[in-house]
Amino acid sequence: MSNTMKTAALLGAVAAAMTAQTTSVSAATKEKCYGVSLAGENSCKAGEGTTCAGTSTVDYQGNAWTLVDAGTCSEIELPAMADGTPRTGALEELDRDLPSA
Amino acid sequence: MKGFYDALLDPVQPAPEGLHDGNGAAAGKRFDVYRNNVMQSLTDVMRAGFPVVRKLIGAQNFDIVAGAFIRAQPPTLPIMQRYGDGFDSFLAEVPQLAHLGYLSDVARLEQALRLSYHAADCTPVDAARLGDMPPEQIGAVRFAFAPAVQLIPSVWPLFDIWRFNTEDGAPKPQPVAQHVLITRADYDPAPHALSPAQGAWIAALMTGETLEAAQDAAGAVDPACDIATPMTLLFAQNAVTGLIPKDPA
Repeated sequence: MSNTMKTAALLGAVAAAMTAQTTSVSAATKEKCYGVSLAGENSCKAGEGTTCAGTSTVDYQGNAWTLVDAGTCSEIELPAMADGTPRTGALEELDRDLPSA
Repeated sequence: MKGFYDALLDPVQPAPEGLHDGNGAAAGKRFDVYRNNVMQSLTDVMRAGFPVVRKLIGAQNFDIVAGAFIRAQPPTLPIMQRYGDGFDSFLAEVPQLAHLGYLSDVARLEQALRLSYHAADCTPVDAARLGDMPPEQIGAVRFAFAPAVQLIPSVWPLFDIWRFNTEDGAPKPQPVAQHVLITRADYDPAPHALSPAQGAWIAALMTGETLEAAQDAAGAVDPACDIATPMTLLFAQNAVTGLIPKDPA
């Protein structure tokens, strides 16, 4: 490959990386959403005494979080609780659906 | 102390002499409980760290080979998150597993994912910083990488094997060589498949070569290698943390 072609390929690659990064920044922003993960499928932290991924023991456990696209946390559709109260995710820990001690 | 240590990892050996329960009676049974806990916890660490290796050889075989590894290479650090270094080369030496040529690479990938998970956070640079440089100087730039970035070269379809055993409905591995790049854009490490030429490009950059030298390394593997794909991947995955320009001559 000639030097001109090499430089062109390199500059093309840089341009491609710049374009891709601009689009991915807005799309890839994530936030921690509490109370939406199924048992054992939380991203990290499931309340006191647990440390990390996959340790929640209750569906939609209120103190376990999962990363979701920013802005979608409270929009996620969840089944209502047994008494009919609607469930929604939150950016803070929740008091509902905690494992019995 | 040596007798204590040897007996700790080998249930066939008698409990070390001189252990008492505080009332003057021998404490052999208590020692048995203790050494069982030691082996059990280290085996748990291995199971947690190498789920795909375990799936490939079966739970029972895994416990046997992990037990042999623990006895041969007990932890040298009190940090359990790092335990398992060397399991890949240990597996490569087990004759009964020689028919699974890729097993060692899978173990290396799983350990690299764990190291990446526990690596320090750092601030990525934007691709635009590279784009802002005078075009004739870009070829002389070197990259600094985030500590979470790992590259695992392989002659096997390593990424496909890993994905086939971790994701439901993933496609079957095809007979091609895949190098695997591990990045951690946010919280969780993610593996990415690379062609051997793309792997050579990133490997050269990770050893501190310039972009131009890396391009030559990739071209030597495959003259038609496309570097836009791995370049985009590196920046999109927050893998690059510094751009080192040409030394002022």
